[in-house]
Amino acid sequence: MKVLAFAEQRDGKFKKSSFEVVQAGHSIAEKMGAEFCALVVGSGVQDVAKELGQYGASKVIVVDDQSLSRHSNTAFSKVIAEVARKQGAGIVMMAGSQMGKDLAPRVAIKLEAGLAADCVALDVEGGDLIARRPVYAGKGVITVAVKTPVKVFTLRPNVFTSAPGSGTASVETAQVTLTPEDFGSVVTETKVATGRPDVTEADIVVSGGRGMKGPEHFNLIENLADVLGAGVGASRAVVDAGWRPHDEQVGQTGKTVSPTMYVACGISGAVQHLAGMSSSKYIVAINKDKDAPIFQVADYGIVGDVFEVLPELTGQLKKVLGKG
Amino acid sequence: MNIVVCVNHVPDTETKVRVGPDGVSIDRTGVNFMLNPYDEFAVEEGLRLKDKFGGEVTVMSLGGDTHKETLRKALAMGVGKAVLLKDDATRDSFAVAKGLAEELKTMGADVILFGKQSIDYDDAQVGTLVAELLGLPSVAVIVKLEIKDGKAMCEREIEGGHEVVETKLPAVFLAQKGLNEPRYPSLKGIMSAKTKPIAEKPASGAEVRVETRAMAKPGAKGSGKIVGTDKEAVSELIRLLREEAKVI
Repeated sequence: MKVLAFAEQRDGKFKKSSFEVVQAGHSIAEKMGAEFCALVVGSGVQDVAKELGQYGASKVIVVDDQSLSRHSNTAFSKVIAEVARKQGAGIVMMAGSQMGKDLAPRVAIKLEAGLAADCVALDVEGGDLIARRPVYAGKGVITVAVKTPVKVFTLRPNVFTSAPGSGTASVETAQVTLTPEDFGSVVTETKVATGRPDVTEADIVVSGGRGMKGPEHFNLIENLADVLGAGVGASRAVVDAGWRPHDEQVGQTGKTVSPTMYVACGISGAVQHLAGMSSSKYIVAINKDKDAPIFQVADYGIVGDVFEVLPELTGQLKKVLGKG
Repeated sequence: MNIVVCVNHVPDTETKVRVGPDGVSIDRTGVNFMLNPYDEFAVEEGLRLKDKFGGEVTVMSLGGDTHKETLRKALAMGVGKAVLLKDDATRDSFAVAKGLAEELKTMGADVILFGKQSIDYDDAQVGTLVAELLGLPSVAVIVKLEIKDGKAMCEREIEGGHEVVETKLPAVFLAQKGLNEPRYPSLKGIMSAKTKPIAEKPASGAEVRVETRAMAKPGAKGSGKIVGTDKEAVSELIRLLREEAKVI
């Protein structure tokens, strides 16, 4: 038995979620007495592969092919499935990132495997890997077992730990033959917004709701986010009103986030919003209505006007964090 | 252009989840069901493509009789045909995808649309599974779709940005909020949807690959703590975040 972890990279840089998957895969392999290896796929990625040694991968397989310089879900999934097959991997893991979510179903079909998506906990029970995953945007959690001989798992970003150690990796190259037919869809351009991290990847998220009273006041949210190096989120109400772009929406019809700290400003805490953020490690709420449901999930609450509290909080943090 | 939109019937977003008597799914009593919100963007996109290129839009769902309600909503929005692949059994995402793919093989669609995920199991895999089962390309989480000369140019959301993806047709697309503004069904649409036929067929392929062993409510958070009121509470909040939570 072997556990294979696909470590996603963009432009030769691994994502934090890739380290999380490698570290989780390594620890599961240890528990199961299985071998572990990581997989890196792309063009010009040979040199960065070693870095995965620090996260427990003593062996890293690299498929480095110039045709893979542009991402293609059809071609990448073929490469991952072929390497998994050649390695005899019984478990394949990847991040539940946008790329991972797009690749894992294809890899699963190719390997005749079941896919447990967006897992937040993994455990070995009686030699079998059992996963827990949220449903209904986190209003429920299910325990699942994959019944096929080969099993695929995606792990929700920001949930599993990643801490670099002193391990080193041996890097092995592998070849997979690709033809033009394998590139059914191809990414021709990537438009990355500069600046703040995405809410699904950020360690801290500062979110604003209807209590911000208008799009012109979101600078208060952004200023606080920038002092904290945080991502900016929004409630459905303000996205539907057109105050904020929908890629910032947190909640059941937006993104589900699990940051270390979530700061909810002027958000009352509708069921569908709470579903998307209640798995945050610490929740801070600022709202002038002391009966707002957000205070029931908040670890720390301030009952007060966001227009007074936010500038004060931003100002004091600047001093404390030495950014003033 | 032959367009098929696959939709799901899900509990509405206000639902407070209770675990049902079987211990593995939700208690459905008193729960309102609706067309999956992301599928609404898919239906709307299908209708817009038909307006532009002509052809036909078919809406299809796999599940029990209750799914007819959701199919009727799509018919009311202006879709021409509806298919229900009937199965009352609980399926995992693979079994749903397999049932849909088997039927899609007979339909000759140029464009197959899904929502980016169902808001019940949040699996986000059925649409892409179907694409792979059919050997078709797919683009997930799209916020823009332009079709020209048998090709599609899409923009899809990724972390902190967008990807521009090019693909040939036929292909599968998974709609994200922002792709369009779904129309409200007109009164005339609602009335005519009542009499439009829904073709019913037994769903095939029921192999379940992922078994749900238990469902639970997430661990409740400890009761919240009000640090104080107004800006006077800010310094205490910062102290707690640094010394107690150690997050900054």
